[in-house]
Amino acid sequence: MEPNEISERGELAIDSVTGVDVSLPIVGAGGRSYAFIIDWHIRLLVAVAWWLAVSYALTGGIAAFGSGSEADGDGDSFFGFYFLVVILPALAIYFLYHPVLEVAMHGRTPGKRMAGVRIVTREGATPGVGAILIRNVFRLVDSLPAFYCLGLAVTLVSAQHVRVGDLAAGTLLVYDRARRPGSSADEFTVSHSGVDPRAAELIDELLGRWSELEPPARMALGRKILQRVEPNAAEISDPSAMKERLRSFVDRRSQ
Amino acid sequence: MSAASDHALRSWLDRRVGVWQRLASLASRLMRARATGVAEAIEMAEGYRGVARDLALARRVMPAGRTRTGLESLYANLHASLHRPPHHWRSDFRRLLRDDVPGIMRSIRPQLVWVTMLMALSAAAGAWLVNTYPELIGLMASEEMIERVEDGGLWTDDLLNVVPSSVLSIGILANNIAVTLFAFALGVLFGLGTFYLIAINGFMLGAVFAFTAQHDLALRLFNFVVAHGLVEMSVICIAGAAGVGLGEALVRPREQSRREAFQAASARIGKLLVPCALLLVGCGFIEGYISPDPTFPLSSRVVIGVGYWLLMVALLRGDLVGRAAQTR
Repeated sequence: MEPNEISERGELAIDSVTGVDVSLPIVGAGGRSYAFIIDWHIRLLVAVAWWLAVSYALTGGIAAFGSGSEADGDGDSFFGFYFLVVILPALAIYFLYHPVLEVAMHGRTPGKRMAGVRIVTREGATPGVGAILIRNVFRLVDSLPAFYCLGLAVTLVSAQHVRVGDLAAGTLLVYDRARRPGSSADEFTVSHSGVDPRAAELIDELLGRWSELEPPARMALGRKILQRVEPNAAEISDPSAMKERLRSFVDRRSQ
Repeated sequence: MSAASDHALRSWLDRRVGVWQRLASLASRLMRARATGVAEAIEMAEGYRGVARDLALARRVMPAGRTRTGLESLYANLHASLHRPPHHWRSDFRRLLRDDVPGIMRSIRPQLVWVTMLMALSAAAGAWLVNTYPELIGLMASEEMIERVEDGGLWTDDLLNVVPSSVLSIGILANNIAVTLFAFALGVLFGLGTFYLIAINGFMLGAVFAFTAQHDLALRLFNFVVAHGLVEMSVICIAGAAGVGLGEALVRPREQSRREAFQAASARIGKLLVPCALLLVGCGFIEGYISPDPTFPLSSRVVIGVGYWLLMVALLRGDLVGRAAQTR
């Protein structure tokens, strides 16, 4: 597959055999850092939680390296067991978090989900296992000399805001349309029981902004839309009745 | 466009809502689970075309609405689901070892020769330097290590008394894998990062051997390293050659752009890291359980070291997964 075009606005255009293309906005250094910081906290907290919980379960307290020999009577074997059961899994959680979850979640991690971003190939598809692993191997370089300084610098200066790992794997970080508020496929259906879809969309939007609008403005807009939907209906003067009436047209269809 | 046709198009979109919802739930189910029925897969492929048509209509009649945004989201999701690469772990892994790895090994043979020579020359340089200026060992070895050797012992002598074999194995394995990954990834610095890493490792190896030889301990050190060292050093050289290959793609991108050449080289040569990591797991096991154990005689260690090295060669030639039978 040929790599797709990236527009000057920083959007990856996905063109397909259907001839209808969709563009995915590329994430900048800010969005990237936001997702990374969430992920970093998650993996750190989970690793520490594992260490504390299992350590407590084994020794009845928070054991440090090599301690706990008294509990077992055999210092070396207990240390080996403690390392394999407590320390090793905690290190594995911390260091394998990104490669494992990115493979399992098709280019996402919990932090990326929260930030509404995901990894895609330059063709807009979900990256394969090889690309994700290569991307993660290059974290070694991106994290040099400390705190991902090199990766951040490359992200800031590169045209598509990619770090070295993305350059090596041919991947991009894009905003996930499905995760953006109001863009879920489940929500595109403003219910309309026979109402003109465009009017239904207007009603939905008005209800969404109801609390932000001044009461007279709400009523005026509501009346205008209702006239379009029900030209012969009686005029409503009570704001809550107006809201209820409008809502009756746009209750989202349940799945 | 007339008002009538505009209304007709909107009504059409309105009637399609149920289909979109069905496709949305299908796509989300498909993203979670790999296996699905043929009927569902065909429904999704056909639905994808339908959604493309609906999206084109929605862009025309409702350019700023929720319907268009929702459809774009659905379309992007369906596109990602349909273009998701297949996962055939077992056959992919087999193909990697049978076809890809031997091919890559052949293609990086010149780099491998150069990197091995660099390692050997650096080791010779390190040995010469420490023989000529013995006090320079202080730059390469810790104070504790030097004192231990000067007292007639090796730092590896009581290793098993200090750390259990399992912990030792994992510690060594993690360290070796980190060195190997660095040797590869530092190739991004136009190959220079790999060059320095290999040179420093070779230099330290030669220096330490020369220092132990000055105290008649070289044979004991050889006794310790021979079982795991052959494969360990070979794997580091292979990763180094892979890193040089990356650097070469950046220095000489040929008809591609540097980014494209780098990406292509990473994707192709990076596959070598899989057998390298597997081999290092074995090295870690040997170094944790066999190398520090004084009950193993030198002859056994040589047999293990050479045998494991031959196994490595067979693995990298694809012989272990049926390449020989296939090419005959």
